[in-house]
Amino acid sequence: MALTREEVLHVAHLARLALGPQEIELFTRQLNDILAYVEQLQELDTGEVAPMAHVLPVYNAFREDVVKDGLSRDLALDNAPAREEGSFLVPRVI
Amino acid sequence: MAEPLSSLSISRLAPRLARGEVSPVEVTDHILERIAAKDGVINAYITVDEAGAQAQAREAEARLRRGQATPLTGIPLALKDVMVTQGLRTTCGSRILENFVPPFDATVCERLRAAGAVFLGKVNMDEFAMGSSTENSAFGPTHNPWRRDCIPGGSSGGSAAAVAADLCTASLGSDTGGSIRQPASHCGVVGLKPTYGLVSRYGLVAYASSLDQIGPLTKEVRDAALLLAFIAGHDPKDSTSFNPGAGNGSNYQKLLQGLKDCIPEYGPQWPGVNLDREIKGLKVGVPREYFGEGLDPEVDAAIRGALQTLAGLGAELLEVSLPHTEYAVAAYYVVAVAEASSNLARYDGVKYGLRAEGQNLLEMYANTRAQGFGAEVRRRIMLGTYALSAGYYDAYYKKASQVRALIRRDFDAAFARCDLMATPVSPTPAFRLGEKLADPLTMYLSDIFTISANLAGIPGISVPCGFSALGLPIGLQLLGPPFGEATLLRAAYAFEQATDFHRRKPDLSD
Repeated sequence: MALTREEVLHVAHLARLALGPQEIELFTRQLNDILAYVEQLQELDTGEVAPMAHVLPVYNAFREDVVKDGLSRDLALDNAPAREEGSFLVPRVI
Repeated sequence: MAEPLSSLSISRLAPRLARGEVSPVEVTDHILERIAAKDGVINAYITVDEAGAQAQAREAEARLRRGQATPLTGIPLALKDVMVTQGLRTTCGSRILENFVPPFDATVCERLRAAGAVFLGKVNMDEFAMGSSTENSAFGPTHNPWRRDCIPGGSSGGSAAAVAADLCTASLGSDTGGSIRQPASHCGVVGLKPTYGLVSRYGLVAYASSLDQIGPLTKEVRDAALLLAFIAGHDPKDSTSFNPGAGNGSNYQKLLQGLKDCIPEYGPQWPGVNLDREIKGLKVGVPREYFGEGLDPEVDAAIRGALQTLAGLGAELLEVSLPHTEYAVAAYYVVAVAEASSNLARYDGVKYGLRAEGQNLLEMYANTRAQGFGAEVRRRIMLGTYALSAGYYDAYYKKASQVRALIRRDFDAAFARCDLMATPVSPTPAFRLGEKLADPLTMYLSDIFTISANLAGIPGISVPCGFSALGLPIGLQLLGPPFGEATLLRAAYAFEQATDFHRRKPDLSD
């Protein structure tokens, strides 16, 4: 399954990445090289193998719901590129 | 000539601090001066926190006087710039976090601070830990202290180079596909990747959450045991940090107790970390898939020499098989990039980090991420997004997760026959800067011997075991079953004591 230029642009859009014209070409080639290499996984019969997402048994970690101090609003906003009246400021959406 | 303070390991420095022969301020100032003089040619550090380190050194001095010190009190450490440090810039080697000052400490940093360690600063790395050479850093590549035209390995290249060049006493790195062990091998230092879940990932900026693990890079094996003892253990803030309440608890408890037991009470008479136990009769598996085509003859010879050394110490060598080894790189580059693509979605120019301009919100996101991320990070985000996108999930992520299970089964079967395994860390010694930069796939393939341990979640350590004709270090990898760190450290220490590769130092005199 070779990736086309259009698919690369679609994936870039999904990933919210702007690509320059030269990058589109380079990434199309490099991603195809890597995907061709990854293709070898299909050689293995994994029909009855349960996928392993985690190496340790994972359990829900429950705890009491206790009120604790969190980050202050100022501290939470300290690294924001733009802020206004105690909020993160973003370009107009509507 | 007296040995300079910067070249001492923790195990040799701590007793001198305890006896008051040298003060934390003296040691810290000495290393800060060395960084100022030598790091220009190595570029191990992204941020040196001179004022912070000096203040911490003064506190450590007071603490030693009060008799409330630990073996880490006053020890100058360098942290890979992927662990957040309260009030100290944390960049992950990326433009997107160039000015990010975290409002909290990672759990490992909190634990080391509580023990009285001194943080010299933050060291270089491949951007978001994605790479094997530290060339993918927005702050320039780090140079190998043994040959400056060569890579130090990666992604914890700054950590390994700083330890090797005596620009810190020890360092913490992180390992997702070999990022502690491979640079340790290329720089001739010790590097330990713990069992997944042994060390908290809280405050470790996430690359691939099911693979990432923090661990020490040190001048000798005892130091790795010591640092591990301080950073290991359950953390309620990391839901994937192992909780002994649930399965495999006895091995875990035994390991934590074992680590504690090898560190006697600290004081003026402190004898140091005790790993001194025979390895006679230890069954060391040699996986046949790790030798053969693609393995550099000098690395092959060094590893075979190391196997003979282990045999000479009484270890019993036996051939084992890990039949799915050849699929590990492919499985890794699906699982890791898939996790990365979702983890790195958070860099959107809103809450912290770089923001680029755009006509609307969507354009702002896309421009921010295009300008903020380097090529390798964008490549992996693209790959991961594709692998998880509609219609491809089964062919890629699910398939890779199934192969991952097969790789884990290989290890389980092999460890039924042996106590640990001995292998090369990397197929070649450090390559030249720039050599593999244009060809990402070739770069990925250099991780072939380290990646399986992350997929399986098992611990691994790299110890110096030789040098190439060009004078580049070669590392021996020991792999153990989950929570098998005690045996790994014991075997690595026995090997280290029987050899002198760890005593050699790169020449930085010019």
